Amino acid sequence: MSNPFSYAPALESRGIVNLQPSYGLFINGEFVDGAGSSFKTINPATEEVLAEVSEADAADVDKAVKAARRAHTRVWGKMPGRERAKYLYRIARIIQERGRELAVLETLDNGKPIKEARDVDVPIVAAHFFYYAGWADKLEHSGFGTRSLGVAAQVIPWNFPLLMLAWKIAPALAAGNTVVLKPAETTPLTALLFAEICQQADLPAGVVNIVTGAGATGQALIAHEDVDKVAFTGSTEVGKAIARVVAGTEKRVTLELGGKAANIVFDDAPLDQAIEGIVNGIFFNQGHVCCAGSRLLVQESVADEVLERLKSRMTSLRVGDPLDKNTDIGAINSAEQLARIRELAEIGETETGGGRWSPACELPSQGFWFPPTVFTGVTQAHRIAREEIFGPVLSVLTFRTPTEAVEKANNTPYGLSAGIWTEKGSRILWMADQLRAGVVWANTFNKFDPTSPFGGYKESGYGREGGRHGLEGYLKGAE
Amino acid sequence: MTDTSTTTAAAAYDDVTSSDSTLRRFLHGLPGVDQVGAEARAASLGTRSIKTSAKEFAIDLAIRMVDLTTLEGADTVGKVTALANKAMRPDPADPSCPQAAAVCVYPDMVATAKQVLSSSGIKVAAVATAFPSGRAAMDIKLADTRDAVEAGADEIDMVIDRGAFLSGRYLQVFEEIQAVKQACGQAHLKVIFETGELQTYDNVRRVSWLAMLAGADFIKTSTGKVQPAATLPVTLVMLEAVRDFRAATGQMVGVKPAGGIRNTKEAIKYLVMVNEVAGSDWLDPDWFRFGASSLLNDLLMQRTKMQTGRYSGPDYFTLD
Repeated sequence: MSNPFSYAPALESRGIVNLQPSYGLFINGEFVDGAGSSFKTINPATEEVLAEVSEADAADVDKAVKAARRAHTRVWGKMPGRERAKYLYRIARIIQERGRELAVLETLDNGKPIKEARDVDVPIVAAHFFYYAGWADKLEHSGFGTRSLGVAAQVIPWNFPLLMLAWKIAPALAAGNTVVLKPAETTPLTALLFAEICQQADLPAGVVNIVTGAGATGQALIAHEDVDKVAFTGSTEVGKAIARVVAGTEKRVTLELGGKAANIVFDDAPLDQAIEGIVNGIFFNQGHVCCAGSRLLVQESVADEVLERLKSRMTSLRVGDPLDKNTDIGAINSAEQLARIRELAEIGETETGGGRWSPACELPSQGFWFPPTVFTGVTQAHRIAREEIFGPVLSVLTFRTPTEAVEKANNTPYGLSAGIWTEKGSRILWMADQLRAGVVWANTFNKFDPTSPFGGYKESGYGREGGRHGLEGYLKGAE
Repeated sequence: MTDTSTTTAAAAYDDVTSSDSTLRRFLHGLPGVDQVGAEARAASLGTRSIKTSAKEFAIDLAIRMVDLTTLEGADTVGKVTALANKAMRPDPADPSCPQAAAVCVYPDMVATAKQVLSSSGIKVAAVATAFPSGRAAMDIKLADTRDAVEAGADEIDMVIDRGAFLSGRYLQVFEEIQAVKQACGQAHLKVIFETGELQTYDNVRRVSWLAMLAGADFIKTSTGKVQPAATLPVTLVMLEAVRDFRAATGQMVGVKPAGGIRNTKEAIKYLVMVNEVAGSDWLDPDWFRFGASSLLNDLLMQRTKMQTGRYSGPDYFTLD
């Protein structure tokens, strides 16, 4: 029987976004044409071309770094912290005022559901600027000194375009650095709208520069000799390449890389909330989350019950038009990423001997889509338990004792995050102590707050973003 | 649902309800409820955007689910008559407007309500068992129930002994519900928990199972006399309980949030929750009710707005 209560389409209007046919680079406070070629950015939900964007070449990058250097030397680096704070507060407020516009644009360019762009990304972006604005005149209390590094080269991924921009730019500016930021090739638009916001806030020219482009642009940026700091969020593979380029130079580096987080459910867990946490852990943002709970470790005594409840919950997930306010799972960000997810899912199907399951769901014919998927019968030896899939694909493993849970959770080259579900407080503390992961969530998952440091162990990177710790990567240290 | 199925379902849990200690062990063995997570889930379902045809469906369904309620010391024949008429014709200007589900009154008003509603198909619900506090001897509670049933009540809304529940005398609460159920005869039994007094979601889950095992046809949040009354997270936990109870026994139990639901927007949030947590089988006045009074007029105003595109003032809807 079909459900009589079918939700009518509830589309967020895209009229609020003023899309331009083409975008230049944002250098020294102005939008300028790049010297190189250009590329198209598309809406992954429809494959519609949204805009043509300049591809910065080495010469453009050089201009941007020079502008940032000038701004640091002449204005921003010597500006009192309380004055810098005023700009950051202003930016934070404009982000809130233009929140709907930013959310819609993020959804168009990235494919994430408007519900998430509106309720998660944009509010946390604003919160990040507010939080670091508060630090700007209190750096002497940070424990890392008050001297800025200079020019920061920042390269960010496509999964949270605006949020990663905020994580990078807010602490850098608060500490008195200037930045050249390269957004991901597939999601440059909100960074360019942010550039407009910098203009609106009268931020001095050159303090923030945005260079768009692909890998080559990023390479030119991090390799530029006048850069003092490199901050990167993205894949472990690229992170390693960056570390090699930067090795032997004076440049400071922070890297926030991949993950294969364990979400650990004990038999005394609050089960209904654990199910929500599992769903949120892996299907939030289509699983394009470096700290996604992609490995579910469930205690064997409740494994069947958890799986049954999880599958039943997954049937109510709404996959479809990201601009529909009722959509839970949007589009995969690119054809390339979709191919990668498909490849690993097929490998998983062979490895588990048909342990693959997805709820019945109709996927749109245009765009890039992958249904929420769960693999059962997964073991530590399987590739889908070891490699980051970066998609809505959950691998389910079981354990018998807390010690085994810790052993399996830590048995990965990554160490970005972990989740623990139990009503036993002492066990949470014991587990958190044992788990080698930068973030450990207890009875929740994928919660982000500007006051809380975020970062990885092992191949998940080094350095922390957020909180007081996030300032360390942008200050020279105590004198 | 027949008496046979009730017996069968309960029979599977006979050992659970055989003593205070087995019942306690069972109720305390139910998975805990994480407060933060439950509230976040309820809030997240509350962001669903229900528009156009879905909204029309939801408004009409909500009207059909209203237990139009008056439970005042000042209730009179006149007041109850007016309310019963309102239940039959919520919007006199529009014959296509559906009827409410029931009229909910004190036992002494059942005869009056019954007389007005006669063959309308609208049920008469009576609160009983020393409503709202439940502080009376058992024989008085049962007499109160029989009185309402004899006067023609189709449904009995009983209150549990919260004191007994909070002090851990679960078997006593269980047996009281069973006894009232027996006194109900053919009348449907709704069991009111007064969740505002039980306070924790763990308690809500436990009392839900307790009542279902004892034979409740409906589980109901509140009397409306204690704050907070119905909330979305409390109703979420109860909907999870009826869902799990059906999975375990095959038997469906209804849910009724009561008190504090005043407008259409709020009511639709409840329906979304019913739909996505318990499932669409519960989207029926037989399985979900709203205990409310002022909610109905807001539903009518929104209904008219959907049909005409204009808001009429409150004076265009009857106050009863």
